Amino acid sequence: MMNVLRTLGRIVLGGVERLGRAALFLYEILSGSWELVGRFPLVLQQIYGVGVLTLLIILVSGLFVGMVLGLQGYNTLVKFGSANSLGLLVALSLVRELGPVVTALLFAGRAGSALTAEIGLMKATEQLAGMEMMAVNPVIRVIAPRFFGGVVAMPLLAALFSAIGVLGGHIVGVGLLGVDAGPFWSQMQAGVDFHDDILNGVIKSAVFGVVCTWIAVFEGYDAVPTSEGVARATNRTVVYSSLAVLGLDFILTALTLGEI
Amino acid sequence: MNSRKTIEVWVGLFVAAGLLALAMLAFKVGNLTSADVVNGYTLTAKFSNIGGLKTKAPVTMAGVRIGRVSKIGFDNERFMGVVEMQIDGRYKNIPKDTSASILTSGLLGDQYVGLDPGGSEEYLKSSDTIQMTQSAVVLEKLIGQFLFSKAAEGDNKKSK
Repeated sequence: MMNVLRTLGRIVLGGVERLGRAALFLYEILSGSWELVGRFPLVLQQIYGVGVLTLLIILVSGLFVGMVLGLQGYNTLVKFGSANSLGLLVALSLVRELGPVVTALLFAGRAGSALTAEIGLMKATEQLAGMEMMAVNPVIRVIAPRFFGGVVAMPLLAALFSAIGVLGGHIVGVGLLGVDAGPFWSQMQAGVDFHDDILNGVIKSAVFGVVCTWIAVFEGYDAVPTSEGVARATNRTVVYSSLAVLGLDFILTALTLGEI
Repeated sequence: MNSRKTIEVWVGLFVAAGLLALAMLAFKVGNLTSADVVNGYTLTAKFSNIGGLKTKAPVTMAGVRIGRVSKIGFDNERFMGVVEMQIDGRYKNIPKDTSASILTSGLLGDQYVGLDPGGSEEYLKSSDTIQMTQSAVVLEKLIGQFLFSKAAEGDNKKSK
């Protein structure tokens, strides 16, 4: 009985301690970030690694998600005789929900895991310790550029996902299923509000960007410096990021819709 | 050096494409261009039933959108719905005896406020109240009345 309680306590304490370390780590990144001002190329390099290289998977999935939305939405809406609202349905689902969430999940899988593995391996091969020996702060030289690269890239990726998804919906809805292009776009424009819908989606994706990259760089920095430890850290990055994104999505939606 | 240049070009392309996508969402998907009423003025109208009217619903005259509903309140003394409308500043000459009604676009569409101009030479000013109003048609009531009158007809036939 005592042992069970002790194990439970250890698990909880360990979790709280990790959370605290993660928060201190974020504080360290942010407080050191002014040193990056003169070293913008470092961030640029990371935007390339995190953003540009993730572009292909985002664009392809965005296109197909939009096309599937067009197809599914049409089949449902046509039963109510309102197939003309297809554009509105596709745009609202993409801009408000699917754009930020699916992009964040793909981002965690493609870019987050790569970040963790890279930083974890740097730690395992003692590159980070070597930097400290040379009086270079690895948090600022290695971690902060990656963090800000991810934070910048994520909203842009989400916007691209939504935009190409709407085009995918247009291809299927107007091109294949014969919905009229006029009401498709005019109902979309009448129903999608800039502040309530589009900015809301951008805010969501910015929050997801911070959370996903934070988890990714923390797990890499905190990894046990062995090949097994790096593998576990990568695994945790994907799992924690996905859970955090889905949980936060609910909270953010409830807050912005204000209906709870 | 060369590879750094390519990276910079790619990042530039990526950021430009992202911003372009945002702009497309804002202007082509959203309603940023047509959303705002330009230096508008406020009119109020009281309805005995506003149906499903919501804020931001369009206000139209002759089918043309000239403003939007900015606020919906309740008059506690006369038990009426108070609808505040922002009218675009370009449309200043709305006659004083204009009437307002709550209409539905299509059978299942959203509700909006339609203004019918009167013939007065005087024009409505900011924060004036439109006197003549017509409430929203509540479909359930209409169907109820229809069924009731049908039933009454049936009774009449039997009694003959």
